[in-house]
Amino acid sequence: MNAPDNARSWNQEARRRAERLSRSARWRRGKEVAAADMVSFLEAVLAPGDRVCLEGNNQKQADFLAASLAACSPQHVHDLHLVQSVLALPEHMELFEKGIARRLDFSFSGPQSHRLARLVQARAIEIGAIHTYLELFGRYFIDLTPHVCLIAAQAADAAGNLYLGPNTEDTPVIVEATAFKSGLVIAQVNERCDTLPRVDVPADWVDCFVVAPSPNHIEPLFTRDPAHITEIQVLMAMMALKGIYAEYGVERLNHGIGFDTAAIELLLPTYGEQLGLKGRVARHWALNPHPTLIPAIEAGFVERVHSFGSEVGMEAYVAARPDVFFTGPDGSLRSNRAFCQTAGLYACDLFIGSTLQMDLVGNSSTATLGRITGFGGAPNMGSDARGRRHASPPWLKAGRERSGGDICIRGQKLVVQMVETWQEPHHPTFVERLDAWQLQQDMDMALPPIMIYGDDVSHVVTEEGIANLLLCRTPEERAQAIRGVAGYTPVGRARDRRLVENLRDRGVIRRPEDLGIDVRDATRDLLAARSIKDLVRASGGLYQPPKQFRNW
Amino acid sequence: MESFDLELPAQAPGIAPADAALFGVVSSGNLEVLVEAGPLPDRCRFHVETTAHGFTDVWQAVLADFAAGHRVGGLSFSIHDAGATPAVVSLRLAQALQSLEAS
Repeated sequence: MNAPDNARSWNQEARRRAERLSRSARWRRGKEVAAADMVSFLEAVLAPGDRVCLEGNNQKQADFLAASLAACSPQHVHDLHLVQSVLALPEHMELFEKGIARRLDFSFSGPQSHRLARLVQARAIEIGAIHTYLELFGRYFIDLTPHVCLIAAQAADAAGNLYLGPNTEDTPVIVEATAFKSGLVIAQVNERCDTLPRVDVPADWVDCFVVAPSPNHIEPLFTRDPAHITEIQVLMAMMALKGIYAEYGVERLNHGIGFDTAAIELLLPTYGEQLGLKGRVARHWALNPHPTLIPAIEAGFVERVHSFGSEVGMEAYVAARPDVFFTGPDGSLRSNRAFCQTAGLYACDLFIGSTLQMDLVGNSSTATLGRITGFGGAPNMGSDARGRRHASPPWLKAGRERSGGDICIRGQKLVVQMVETWQEPHHPTFVERLDAWQLQQDMDMALPPIMIYGDDVSHVVTEEGIANLLLCRTPEERAQAIRGVAGYTPVGRARDRRLVENLRDRGVIRRPEDLGIDVRDATRDLLAARSIKDLVRASGGLYQPPKQFRNW
Repeated sequence: MESFDLELPAQAPGIAPADAALFGVVSSGNLEVLVEAGPLPDRCRFHVETTAHGFTDVWQAVLADFAAGHRVGGLSFSIHDAGATPAVVSLRLAQALQSLEAS
């Protein structure tokens, strides 16, 4: 038997960490670094090839640290490997254009999707992979652990304790992975306080902080102005409520963002009440604090909401409804993307969202040619979790429908796609072939970027009706069920009318009239709020919309 | 702008509107429809002016389904469309007919 190799050093990571800290000592006073010194500080702590997480999701952005990193000299700082949720800021792209960063593992790139596609085609960036949020968070603990993370917090005290405010988002998972693997945790804060309202990150996990010259940017991504909700969306929302929420008794759920699902939120206190659904559906939510949820909360439909992030303007309303939201002792929201994604995946019985394209097996994609947008959290929310074992009535009912007469050994999450058959005159939602396949070819990707796989989809809701894919027994039936709700799109008009009528007789396809819905009743009068001002009123003046939504 | 006319057999008797009646608005993604009495009780007439090019066959399919599903004999519909989807077209026509029946 060989003796252990005592020559080997087992604490190289800790030693490298100490070296980084000593290289940067002259820029730090205690744990504080002056904003003016941030570029020099980053040049001192970073080494070529480092894995860096520059915090930014679809809401909160470590924008000052991003700008500081982009201002570093590529001679000192180069070939970084960025591992982060979202590419949102122009500075994120500058890092690659200047050679400061070379490799990227990420999840979503909404606002920079065109520029990212151009960089990929110019071979100026290496993409490791495009993930869902949970996958990327998982890899932080396996093979993509950051050497340095640059995060955003609301406030720090002198010791370096951090208060994250309502937009906790990704911070806990990033800090956990970095701090406990000898990485450096560097935070930008909006203010330094003597006493924090609450401690979200303890000081001994934080290496340094900087008071940024201006507060970190937060995007109001989840605000939908009810004024823009159409009658068609009202009609689809009526069908979803009566044909799915009531039918399955969906109490635990997650909504995507968009006007389609906002319409459902605003129909709960009106149409939902008429259907006698209060206390029977939509009680427990994995959802950001959507302003359009206010009327349903006030009407007593919503009992509990756990959030991925927050929403600008909802602070005072959330603080005044602590029985509904998760809040800290200071009153402000405690969000957490990793936990809320887990909740959406394992503890919800329904996901409903919208998409841009769907094919005849039910695969859907938001990919558009010339853009790389990534995935975010939708694929996790919009999928049946095969690791789930606890039963609930909607999960069992859906599982029995899928298994037909066979023995049922597992339930099934309800994954609902809610779309109008046409996006606009030249863009049918239903297509024979997704643009995602062309994008895969153009961008040399391993797989086409499909947001939600067809075999996870249980229902498709359009203005023409609901297709229940769980009841389809063959691929041909499935394709006809989708054609049968695809309206006047080329895909819809190519339906086999006899087969579609047969599916309707079996309840696989249900038209509004089959559900007892008169399409002419679908008017905006059914919305519990028809404007942002109505939402403010419903909140008793507590909701304070950002100024781009104030049109009075 | 594209325009076309269509005349379809339709179930009689329809409603005989005393005066022309106008429904909807011309705004992006929406349409306006004027309903008047037509010359023949077992025919329904449509005149369509649309901003969307190359959709005549889709329009005809939408209007044929509408005429087959409602008692619209003896009526004439003039439609000004500003890029409404077929879903909006069907809904507006149904709403116009409902208002007419109620009045």
